[in-house]
Amino acid sequence: MPEPERSRPTPEQLLKQVEAEELHQRRGKLKVFLGYASGVGKSFRMLDEGRRRKARGEDVVVAAVQQQAPGDVEEILRQFEVISPRLGLASPCIDVDAVRRRRPAVCLIDGLAYKNPPGSQNSERWQDVDELLASGISVITTVNLQYIQEKQPQVEAIRGRSVGESVPESFIRRADEIEIMDAPPEYCVTRTEGGNRISDEEATRLQHQLSELREIALVLVAEVVDSQLEDYLRRQGIEQSFGTHERILVCVTPRSNASLMISRGKRQAERFHGELFVAYVEQDQMTTQDQETLARNLKAAREAQAHVDILHGEDPVAAILHFAEKQGITQIFVGHSLRRGWWQSLVPNPVDRLILEADGIDIRIFPHGAASEAQ
Amino acid sequence: MPDELADRTGHLKIILGYAAGVGKTYRMLEEGQQLAAAGHDVVIGYFEPHGRKDTIAKTEGLELIPRRVVQYRERAFEEMDTEAILARDPEIALVDEFPHTNVPGSDRSKRWEDVLVLLDAGIDVITTMNIQHLESLNDQMRKITGIQVRETIPDWITKRADEVVLADLTPNALLNRLDRGVVYAPEKAQRAKTNFFKESTLAALREMALRQTAHEIDVRNVDDSSLHPMGTAAAARSSQAQPVAAVQERILIHVTEAPTTAGLIRRGRRVADYLKADCFAVCVLREPLPAESRHAIERHLDFSRRLHIETRILEGTDEAEVLVDFAHTNGVTQIYVAKPPRSVVPFLFRRQLVMRIVRLATDIQVTVVADRRKRMN
Repeated sequence: MPEPERSRPTPEQLLKQVEAEELHQRRGKLKVFLGYASGVGKSFRMLDEGRRRKARGEDVVVAAVQQQAPGDVEEILRQFEVISPRLGLASPCIDVDAVRRRRPAVCLIDGLAYKNPPGSQNSERWQDVDELLASGISVITTVNLQYIQEKQPQVEAIRGRSVGESVPESFIRRADEIEIMDAPPEYCVTRTEGGNRISDEEATRLQHQLSELREIALVLVAEVVDSQLEDYLRRQGIEQSFGTHERILVCVTPRSNASLMISRGKRQAERFHGELFVAYVEQDQMTTQDQETLARNLKAAREAQAHVDILHGEDPVAAILHFAEKQGITQIFVGHSLRRGWWQSLVPNPVDRLILEADGIDIRIFPHGAASEAQ
Repeated sequence: MPDELADRTGHLKIILGYAAGVGKTYRMLEEGQQLAAAGHDVVIGYFEPHGRKDTIAKTEGLELIPRRVVQYRERAFEEMDTEAILARDPEIALVDEFPHTNVPGSDRSKRWEDVLVLLDAGIDVITTMNIQHLESLNDQMRKITGIQVRETIPDWITKRADEVVLADLTPNALLNRLDRGVVYAPEKAQRAKTNFFKESTLAALREMALRQTAHEIDVRNVDDSSLHPMGTAAAARSSQAQPVAAVQERILIHVTEAPTTAGLIRRGRRVADYLKADCFAVCVLREPLPAESRHAIERHLDFSRRLHIETRILEGTDEAEVLVDFAHTNGVTQIYVAKPPRSVVPFLFRRQLVMRIVRLATDIQVTVVADRRKRMN
């Protein structure tokens, strides 16, 4: 069962946090240029940033570039010191030890997803990068969306082909900075297909695929920015959320029309590229029938890929609002029984209280009782 | 240009940013240069140099249509010369600062209106704007930045664009630029840093811009989702990829004289856009209504129309009943109402209204929309 509330950190946790913070300070900084296709100009941007930093007096070197660099890239490249790759293996790879010995402030590494040849220190280039970061060298790198491991099933479904290399998403999410190269798909279509003429139909299909990939890449960066922002706000002790991201909380009870609420919540979350939460406030006395209904509802919630939480508290409204504030919820979906007549009462009912006390959160009320019988 | 192209509407591309200095104008000019190099007939319709050297250098070689001088209150203002661009009739015009408000006395009050004129004449336009100018995000922007943006652009205008592209830059890089005096003169840069250019504010704005761009792609993709067996990217995202039953949502926004109504309208419009729902703004006039309230309601209805929301004025004494009757007859699936005020007596009144709507609505969902204007710390 998920933990109901996150409690204040213990001294041990705080110490760990401080240690982690110190380690983070010593670690090199990682900046990633993300593209959704080749030809959007990632490498160019990486080198351009390196050039600017060099002009500002930073010690910048290049440790890896793509083999087939376009002409404009080659020209910039000449302005850098290049650490020669390790040769003698099946394919060239970064000479991590040489970079470490050289100890630059910043190292430019193109193609983060590159698979190192057998016999190299690490099997993947991102592990080389990780090592450099650990030894205090900052890295600027590039990656294409199709190589991000967790996104690969979606990307493959769209493109209809798979790639061998991959970088774990968690590594990308740990980057200090991530920037997206956003270019319209037709630009890439002409670029990626090079001189080969393709039919209009093929071009349209390709453009469509690319724009879906572009959307996924934008949302991924938005999510990284969102979690970085949340971390920052938490460190500053700010509990409130900016509400930049739609997070929908569906409150279910054994009696509410949960399947409708969950399906509407899922749809809304999907359309907004948002997140869906389903919560239930634990009650003591429940009939067996209620328990079964609830179990069914929570199963439906999990199937809808919602985060499912069970909340505890004497006061259900307070428990919901506390949870909502912690999670930065922007919309609460709640059922409202039409059978009972307490809507007329002057004593505020739970829905009234939610409406009144929720700060900056929309409350969507799903009538049930009369309605579910009518349907 | 062949004759059959004469009737064609221009192609509109918006370069979206999240703050001054992220490189929107630079990007616009760079595209202009590339298009000109590829043999297209490109002119600069309007360009705001902001004294930035790199940007100014990018105009080199591009034809600049001189600005028009407009006299207002004995001062001279410079605006885009739309008529001169029409007369020149280029293939592509670069027009900076899409949400700009023209000085009174101009032919049109907004630059986006000028751009629509260019598009109607078959001229392609590449323009720039920042996310905070989008009307439906106005309340959230105030919450994030503490600034009430006056120059807003209705969301339907961005839907008119064939393409929305993001000019991305990390806040860290932007702050570096600010420090080096690339964006503003030093004293202005200092002031900016304590207000708008706080890193957390920039991160929040950037996230909104990223999400908006993803949304703009999504709405354009959904229409031809038949091309892809998995449906939309949104559907492909969920690993089970079970298509959610398409429900044609219809949203009714309850318009009153309350000051929170503008925020309610924006939110309703935004959700409707995301759900591809129809959207109505409806008020119930009850007699007698003080002149002040009547004016406020008219203002809110006007505002709704500007956002392309259909408006209706209903009459009757029982507000909840009239509203829900209308909702039932018109197949409304969701009713949007404002949050009741905090003070006790009006609260009881509004709460009664909300609860009566809920009770009468039976199969219609009722959303009480939060007041999003409050600045966070």
